[in-house]
Amino acid sequence: MYELREGEFRNISGCAISGIFSRSGNRFSGRRIIDSMKVMHERSNGLGGGFAAYGIYPEYKEFYALHVFYDDTQARKDCESFIDAHFDIINLSRIPTRKTPAITDEPLIWRYFVAPLPTRLAESQLDEKEYTVRCVFAINTSIKGAYVVSGGKNMGVFKAVGYPEDVGEFYKLEEYEGYCFTAHGRYPTNTPGWWGGAHPFSLLDHSVVHNGEISSYDANRRAIEMYGYKCTLQTDTEVITYIIDFLHRRKGLSFKEVCSVMAAPFWSTIEAMPEDDRNELIYLRSTFSSQLITGPFSIIVGFEGGIMALNDRLKLRSMVVGEKDEMVYIASEEAAIRVIQNDLDRIRAPKGGECVMFTVDKGDE
Amino acid sequence: MPVDYLYPEYEVIRNYDRCINCRVCERQCANEVHEFPENAGKMVCDSSKCVNCHRCVALCPTKALKIVKSDHTFKHNANWSGKAITEIYKQAGTGGVLLSSMGNPENYPIYFDKMLINASQVTNPSIDPLREPMETRTYLGSKPKEIRRDQDGRLINTLPPQIKLSMPIMFSAMSYGSISYNAHESLARAAQELGILYNTGEGGLHESLYKYGQNTIVQVASGRFGVHKEYLGSGAAIEIKMGQGAKPGIGGHLPGTKIGGDISRTRMIPEGSDAISPAPHHDIYSIEDLRQLVFSLKEATEYQKPVIVKIAAVHNVSAIASGIARSGADIIAIDGFRGGTGAAPTRIRDNVGIPIELALASVDSRLRSEGIRDNVSIIAAGSIRSSSDIVKAIALGADCIYIGTSALLALGCHLCRSCQTGKCNWGIATQREDLVKRLNPEIGTVRLVNLLTAWQHEIKEMMGGMGINSIESLRGNRSMLRGTGLNERELEILGIKHAGE
Repeated sequence: MYELREGEFRNISGCAISGIFSRSGNRFSGRRIIDSMKVMHERSNGLGGGFAAYGIYPEYKEFYALHVFYDDTQARKDCESFIDAHFDIINLSRIPTRKTPAITDEPLIWRYFVAPLPTRLAESQLDEKEYTVRCVFAINTSIKGAYVVSGGKNMGVFKAVGYPEDVGEFYKLEEYEGYCFTAHGRYPTNTPGWWGGAHPFSLLDHSVVHNGEISSYDANRRAIEMYGYKCTLQTDTEVITYIIDFLHRRKGLSFKEVCSVMAAPFWSTIEAMPEDDRNELIYLRSTFSSQLITGPFSIIVGFEGGIMALNDRLKLRSMVVGEKDEMVYIASEEAAIRVIQNDLDRIRAPKGGECVMFTVDKGDE
Repeated sequence: MPVDYLYPEYEVIRNYDRCINCRVCERQCANEVHEFPENAGKMVCDSSKCVNCHRCVALCPTKALKIVKSDHTFKHNANWSGKAITEIYKQAGTGGVLLSSMGNPENYPIYFDKMLINASQVTNPSIDPLREPMETRTYLGSKPKEIRRDQDGRLINTLPPQIKLSMPIMFSAMSYGSISYNAHESLARAAQELGILYNTGEGGLHESLYKYGQNTIVQVASGRFGVHKEYLGSGAAIEIKMGQGAKPGIGGHLPGTKIGGDISRTRMIPEGSDAISPAPHHDIYSIEDLRQLVFSLKEATEYQKPVIVKIAAVHNVSAIASGIARSGADIIAIDGFRGGTGAAPTRIRDNVGIPIELALASVDSRLRSEGIRDNVSIIAAGSIRSSSDIVKAIALGADCIYIGTSALLALGCHLCRSCQTGKCNWGIATQREDLVKRLNPEIGTVRLVNLLTAWQHEIKEMMGGMGINSIESLRGNRSMLRGTGLNERELEILGIKHAGE
């Protein structure tokens, strides 16, 4: 029987998310994020888990790191000839994995460090990032059996069908060192059976893990598709990632402004603000009304040099933020923080719509 | 000719045990159905004059009257209906075009009734509008093309002029002339109280209603009646009427008998002369001409007012809308084939145009596929009958809807569809002073405010049920709709799935 793949139906899910970030940019092992996720085992159901890791490829930090799933060797051949035609391939290899009984049916998993071919880039009249984004979309939508999991610089996404802690073991995540890790455990209401459908979802260096089910999905999807994005997976996380990319990279909004669009304050709150702030928020809400997200969500966004977290405007999903010295911990449950750092300087539950952001250089904003 | 005698479609039934000969019915009926002949000693009536407006029924103090459909019939014929036969008799007798009023009453599909709305269960919570904020505020207008900042990095307001509404509902264009002053005043006052807008229609704006300007859309139609600089500047927005759902492709005709003192002054035409709006605007024979009118109006109002272009839903509506979205217009209003009118040729009203649900879905999809949906807001019109119709229209892609018939019903209209006679017993579609004064603007305002307040509550309940707490997240959110009994093609055009999928 033909099995429906992620993207061919709308798959809604509950989830666990976690993130660890070093404000001084110190690198630490992926072991800690696995331990954090393990505590929240009950929030997943074994149908998807994954990690995004930042700062893990310092020796290749100038190059886009493409993590790619292949169904078969034909897909790999097709995809590699496409990559070869559009990029200089600096290095390529299989991503190392270890056999674990809990993880089965793995695809071929490859990694490429690449730089856009200067001639092709100039020909396209696009900037380097947009060029790379379009190439990734081209692979994901037109090369059968190939799927780019992530394509940012000095970062990568590791995901699979399984419980997150098993996925971490499978990818030997403890052998990677980075300044930021985010993670996701999935509780989908359908059986995806396809690794590409697990989370985090990423575009360039932005990765998103998300817990919730947004009620604005189709409004958001139909709006973002107008700007050239293709929602092939039909998941909330995918559309949220595109909204962030659109607002931040393409429209130049700060992350704080992005938060005021996605989880906009209520009109009654806006009316009570000082004039400058009020005008700015009325402007943002009316201009980007189609990027407002309603319904429950908590998200952690990883990006180059920083981490951001956001709850929906009514805070319909749990999320806590803990800090200890230069380390920041964000998770669906406090227990997932305490298990890796019980001695915290402070811990709090951010308000609905509050932009929580930390960066390596400047600390929190 | 005896053949011209048509037995009335409706009969007035009087219960003589209850009738006290108070003659209220006689005084209330502008159609002169009832009379009290001295020699008869009792009320008699001529059902052939009755339009079935229920005025006498509603005012009879002893509840002695009712109107029933006549059981008089032609010999049954599945092809030649009684209606088809009588219309031929009428035209053979008069040589005239058949006239009708209000929206198309024929048995075409009503897609709103074949779509169902979603609600949250388990995986995400519904939201209780009595306990949590539930936002229906709507801005209409074009979206900025680029984000700009000052040297301190603060955002510069590049937002083109917008219409701000407390809920995504406005009163659609009904001209002073086609409806009474008291009806207009009721709409204006209700719009102000509700924080929404009403629309002058093509008859200009009575000078004493200028004070409601912030809640007024001033219309510019092909006849340009009552259009001058002060008029254009008096409203919150300007609407160019290219077409009307009830009569696509033709203009309007307000008979000279309705052009009395005030209306003549407001329309700027001589008393007693017919007000005939041409079928096209004679300065708009193509899309580039429309662009010039849009910008003429913007120049005249110093780019302070959004410009709406209203079109009838016709076959290639999405291509037309796509042209309008590139014409400089800020908002497109689409009027479906069920939309009302004060008078239209029956054949046109009943056979020209397409359903608003299909037109709206098709326009929204088309503008998105061309990447120009942000250029304009969309207003859907043409028989919005309830709050659930509104929720469905917004989920299909409308920013806002217009109501006309629903608003008139709130004012007392009984949909007798006889506006063209000018003898509206409810004081709405008439200029006869004794009839107009039957509509009290105070009460009219309260009833309109009641209706929309109730609808707003219902919209919030349905939004909350879907887990949506702001109206913009419902807009174009077609996964919140499912079809029932629709074929694949219809579902594809509406962009929705079938129930059960």
